Amino acid sequence: MRVTFQLNGEPVEVDVEPRLHLADCLREVLGLTGTHLGCEHGVCGACTVIVDGEAVRSCLMLAVQAEGSTVVTVEGLSTEDALTPLQTAFRKHHALQCGFCTPGMLTTAHALLTEEPDADAERIRAALSGNLCRCTGYIPIVEAVLEARDAYRNTEQRTDKP
Amino acid sequence: MKPAPFEYRAPGTLGEAIELLAADPEAAVIAGGQSLMPLLAFRLAAPSMLVDLRRVRGLGEIAIGDSGVRLGARVRWRDIEEDQLLAIAHPLLREAIAHVAHYQIRNRGTVGGSLAHADPAAELPGIAVTCDAEIALVGAAGERCVPAAEFFTGPLSTVRQPDEIITELRLPFWPRDRRWAFREFAQRQGDFALAGVALFYDEDRRGRVRNPHVGVIGACNRPQRLPEVESLLSGHAIDDGLIREAAAAAAQAVDPPEDLHAGAAYRRALVATLVERGLRAASQNGEA
Repeated sequence: MRVTFQLNGEPVEVDVEPRLHLADCLREVLGLTGTHLGCEHGVCGACTVIVDGEAVRSCLMLAVQAEGSTVVTVEGLSTEDALTPLQTAFRKHHALQCGFCTPGMLTTAHALLTEEPDADAERIRAALSGNLCRCTGYIPIVEAVLEARDAYRNTEQRTDKP
Repeated sequence: MKPAPFEYRAPGTLGEAIELLAADPEAAVIAGGQSLMPLLAFRLAAPSMLVDLRRVRGLGEIAIGDSGVRLGARVRWRDIEEDQLLAIAHPLLREAIAHVAHYQIRNRGTVGGSLAHADPAAELPGIAVTCDAEIALVGAAGERCVPAAEFFTGPLSTVRQPDEIITELRLPFWPRDRRWAFREFAQRQGDFALAGVALFYDEDRRGRVRNPHVGVIGACNRPQRLPEVESLLSGHAIDDGLIREAAAAAAQAVDPPEDLHAGAAYRRALVATLVERGLRAASQNGEA
């Protein structure tokens, strides 16, 4: 089936089998391997992408269901030569070791802070509870997300002004 | 973890969706897909066709009125969480839904999907049964409305026919001064509960329990009320002795499943503890 959607700001059109989930479409058809697949049944959160502004698990969504949507993957968070404030905070706080869960952590945290720039540690922990990390023990990840909040508050203020 | 092949349709109307389902008994309905996609990944389900409701209008409303709360089948956990009026119109629903799954799943998982999937530990089916809700369905033979207590027949089993689509959950009116609590225990936040308890009651002028409803999830093969516990509570004022008696009766009344996460005896004990904590919370402050 032909499916068209916006991917990281660019229109894309793919021809896929209905059974192909969005994560495999991104990785295998579109070549964006930043989205990781850990479990493929909605447990680990590594495949989290942002669809129409909301964090979703791309292994629990069919590519054909993305028709007409706006999809942002970890590749779409930053420009090629610069880290975002969230990514910078992850590096500063050592919020990754092996890095396998990091794309899902970043997309989840980005979606959360975009909607809720004042999320407290408890809210951040609740939102990240669906993302498994076997290296860090989560504490540096929560610290990084807490520190990145300022950047999202500023973004909001800027867009508020005409 | 790749689903078996299937056809895919996304009809624009409920009528077209029902026609597709009626023409192919092996077809399945998909909305948010948060329960169905894992079943497809494990090939526990291998439908010939998926009929996606995403283009069907009118299944996404939350309606609050004199007769209660109506949740459209495509209402998501996130929508319930964000609806401030629901916190007043049905605080038990709101509290229970706060325990459903994880952030990402809450952005896509739906009311209709949870009811149709019928996991014995799922919160919404438990609330539907505890609150005497009704589930509205429409199929090739027309519309019907099934009491939640009759809708769920066992693990992942309901009376829904293959050509029927759940359109709405109807929860009866919730009085403002009702006392209630929701308690569940899961090994990790967002996991299915090993056991959970939803309960509410009204009080007469002398503080005695009227109209008690005590429902259990996770510790039975389907969500169910515990009439033994309800009749114990009815007509009495809640005190420590009655709470202990009710908790013991609840543990006796359930028939818990055994699995690698918990044995039956553990789940029984859990139900007793949750009933005790729930009744204590409800009697002290009227909320969880």
